[in-house]
Amino acid sequence: MTNEAPQRVAAARSTQPDLLTLDDIGVRLGGRQVLSDVTFSLRKGEFTGIIGPNGAGKTTLLRVILGLLEPSSGQVLINGEPVDSKSKSAIGYVPQKLVIDPDMPLRARDVVGLGLDGHRLGFAFPSRQRRDQIEAALSDVGAAGYADARVGELSGGEQQRVLIAHALISRPKLLLLDEPLANLDLKSEQEIVAVLGRLAREQQIAILLSAHDMNPLLGVMDRIVYVANGGVASGSTDEVVTSEGLTKLYGHRVDVVRVQNRVLVVAGE
Amino acid sequence: MHYLFEPGLFASGPVRTALLVGAIVAVTSGVIGVFTVIRGQSFAGHSLADVATTGGSGAFLVGLNQFWGFLAAGIAAAALMEGIGVQRRRGRDVATGVVLGAALGAAALFLYLGTLHTSTTGASFTVLFGSIFVISPDTVPALIASGVIALVVVALLSRVLLLSSLSSDLARAKGVPVRIVGMVYLAALAVSVSLAAVAIGAVLSTALLIGPSATALRVAKSPGLAMAVSALTGVAATWIGIVLAYDSFYWPPLGHGWPVSFFVVALVLIGYLLTYVKRPRRLAPRSPHEGAECSPA
Repeated sequence: MTNEAPQRVAAARSTQPDLLTLDDIGVRLGGRQVLSDVTFSLRKGEFTGIIGPNGAGKTTLLRVILGLLEPSSGQVLINGEPVDSKSKSAIGYVPQKLVIDPDMPLRARDVVGLGLDGHRLGFAFPSRQRRDQIEAALSDVGAAGYADARVGELSGGEQQRVLIAHALISRPKLLLLDEPLANLDLKSEQEIVAVLGRLAREQQIAILLSAHDMNPLLGVMDRIVYVANGGVASGSTDEVVTSEGLTKLYGHRVDVVRVQNRVLVVAGE
Repeated sequence: MHYLFEPGLFASGPVRTALLVGAIVAVTSGVIGVFTVIRGQSFAGHSLADVATTGGSGAFLVGLNQFWGFLAAGIAAAALMEGIGVQRRRGRDVATGVVLGAALGAAALFLYLGTLHTSTTGASFTVLFGSIFVISPDTVPALIASGVIALVVVALLSRVLLLSSLSSDLARAKGVPVRIVGMVYLAALAVSVSLAAVAIGAVLSTALLIGPSATALRVAKSPGLAMAVSALTGVAATWIGIVLAYDSFYWPPLGHGWPVSFFVVALVLIGYLLTYVKRPRRLAPRSPHEGAECSPA
């Protein structure tokens, strides 16, 4: 199941420049060193999972990439350059589980429209082109069927699709998703992963997704960034998720158990 | 108190002024209220109204038009709320409660002193429950201008406000200066509360802010429609309230009109309750606190 991906990546990696590079990032929050020595890079069309236990710093890492949080050391590069407001527009973002009130007067198509021009002043000028763009983004994620429903009344999986369309409509090269699979039923989880895998493949969007469980992603993930104990290990799943590697990262003994193409990380004896 | 009526509703100068100012106030409150409700700032609106009471009563004491008192106190309170971070941090509600209590206490003192001065209770009633029939014509241009400015500001910020209501991180990641937008919005809210305080009183101003928008949010799916329905609901409640109050001059006790504020607030409540009668069953469960937050009375 995971055999093909590393080879594909290895071939691609030799010819492509890095889209996103994290160079020796360290983060201090409230006087505490939360992350240190974080170095990894991403290329066009690659699907990367940021995996780690709750509280390991996955969200913090995404916030640093988005420029919402200033790292205490190191730098974030996009196409080899430090991030500025122009290169930042190449990043699409789906935040951690939003609680959207059912009375929020936003239809799915309004949410997607805000992805296009929600940061601008004044009202959106309705046009044929804008409408087509919104519908195309909704179709891309299979959400065209509920374009006119209030987003607060949609299910978790449907909301997630709408938020992905919201991020996609500005044609990002890199899509960051913070725990998009949390609180989803198994079927929606599979569907969202399939949608994201297809976007990476067909539109060559680099996807960086955080999750506490790597198993739903094993079929689509090209690379893994495993976060634990304030540090990261990155590479292919087979390289990173080993008893030795993770024991070193966690700083205490952990065992990696593979059962029927599933990976379990458990505390060692 | 007394109302100066001439025979014939629409021939009356005060009634015409009331209808005009009422419409401006209702549209401003209705549109800005939609954002107040979706941003979860109903409490901020209420706090501004409490502090505006102090400003209005202070202005009355020193002989100024109370609109300027409402406005100055409202803007000052908005700046203070931003300064101590009421919007951003939890755990400030105790401090806010103490400050609001003190503000209303000062209002009580000002109104008492004012009553000693003029030996009438009319001022207390005007500050607390509104004065739409006794608005002096020379403040009308200022009322209209303030309303229009607040509306233009919120219209300019509408998309940014919607995006940050969805998620402030999402807005920040797109380069929106979320904090400055919040400050400007709070100032517009203070203007809107001051206008509503002139029309239906400082104490009841939140009803016109929250009631029509809560009604609109139950029936309108898109942001533009919600603003339109909210503004129209507010205007309808205000105008019908004015007509009923005029008519109530002939109701018992004969020769004493009922307060407009009563009719406006009652109509706002009826409008809100009607949405529960007509609306089909929803798919998603509603949050339990919602009714309390949105109830206009």
